[in-house]
Amino acid sequence: MSKFKKNNVAKSQEISTASLPDIVFMLLFFFMTVTVMKEEALKVENILPSATEIKKMEHKDRIVYIYVGKPTQNYVHIVGEEPKIQLNDKLANVSDVGPFVLAEIAKKPSHLRGFVTVALKVDKKANMGLISDIKQELRKVNALKINYITYEGEEIVN
Amino acid sequence: MARRAGAPEVSAGSMADIAFLLLIFFLVTTTIETDAGLDRMLPPMEPPTEQDVIVKQKNIFQVSINKSGQLLADGELIQLNQLREKATAFLDNGGAPSGTEDYCKYCKGKRDASSSDSPSKAIISVKSDRETKYSTYITVQNELVGAYNDLRDRESQRLYKKDFTAMEAEYLNPETDKDVKEELKEKVKRIQALFPQKLSEAETSTSN
Repeated sequence: MSKFKKNNVAKSQEISTASLPDIVFMLLFFFMTVTVMKEEALKVENILPSATEIKKMEHKDRIVYIYVGKPTQNYVHIVGEEPKIQLNDKLANVSDVGPFVLAEIAKKPSHLRGFVTVALKVDKKANMGLISDIKQELRKVNALKINYITYEGEEIVN
Repeated sequence: MARRAGAPEVSAGSMADIAFLLLIFFLVTTTIETDAGLDRMLPPMEPPTEQDVIVKQKNIFQVSINKSGQLLADGELIQLNQLREKATAFLDNGGAPSGTEDYCKYCKGKRDASSSDSPSKAIISVKSDRETKYSTYITVQNELVGAYNDLRDRESQRLYKKDFTAMEAEYLNPETDKDVKEELKEKVKRIQALFPQKLSEAETSTSN
């Protein structure tokens, strides 16, 4: 009896940490697979307005993004301060919107082409003039499904 | 003589630290984002037809936003927080007399003969200036969609004891079961038919 007790006091049980790397790697792979890296850097300011009556956009593979806003600090001295359109990673003009959207739709698999939504990510300081020009361009190429991306929240802060 | 018993073991003790470092890097740099926003259909570009579609003036609710963000709804200067109420009253009016084909049984409005005939005839038209701020425009759109959602919720509560917005969200959720989806689709379609969303996107006017 005394022998047993002595042994117990001298050495407290250690938990093996050998499986810790495995657990952490598992978490790591989980995050690596579920997250999507941002493809392009934003060249325009993009603080979206907020709204309450919004719908979530599922099916990420059917969305074409268009960004609009004032160019960021690095580009102000090149393109000026007026709000600009960003398509993929390039700053573009209104006339480029139509061809861009058609090209993006053509890249999608054929069974999805009919369901493509154009998501407009527009800075809240932008003017409606530019937006309606973009809408006209979209109508010309028959891309009629659009979505004004917003944050969720009370609209009073706008 | 020391390396007699095969290759020396590499210590795996720091493996956890390395993995943690990577994990934290990925946690910080990536974002799981789902975008949400206001869905809208643009009117198709149609060749000019000889016959103009005639819509009665009383069936149009005209909302104009000027460049300083002021609102004009049906010729009246109003505040943003009044817009939803006004739009709801207009949509829910049901002015067509009973017995005619446009008569709206489920409307609870004033049945004012000088306002919209029925929800399916009622059109809301939004007009903005080129200088109007985008945030103002979105707020107006949000209020109008809100008016539709309020009315649809009301009808949905009456018919199915459930909010329309909740049903729609469940229908759009990819994790929803297929059978449930089919059932919801029918209900959603029916409610949408009661109050079809007719928001017209008029072209912007140029100031001066």
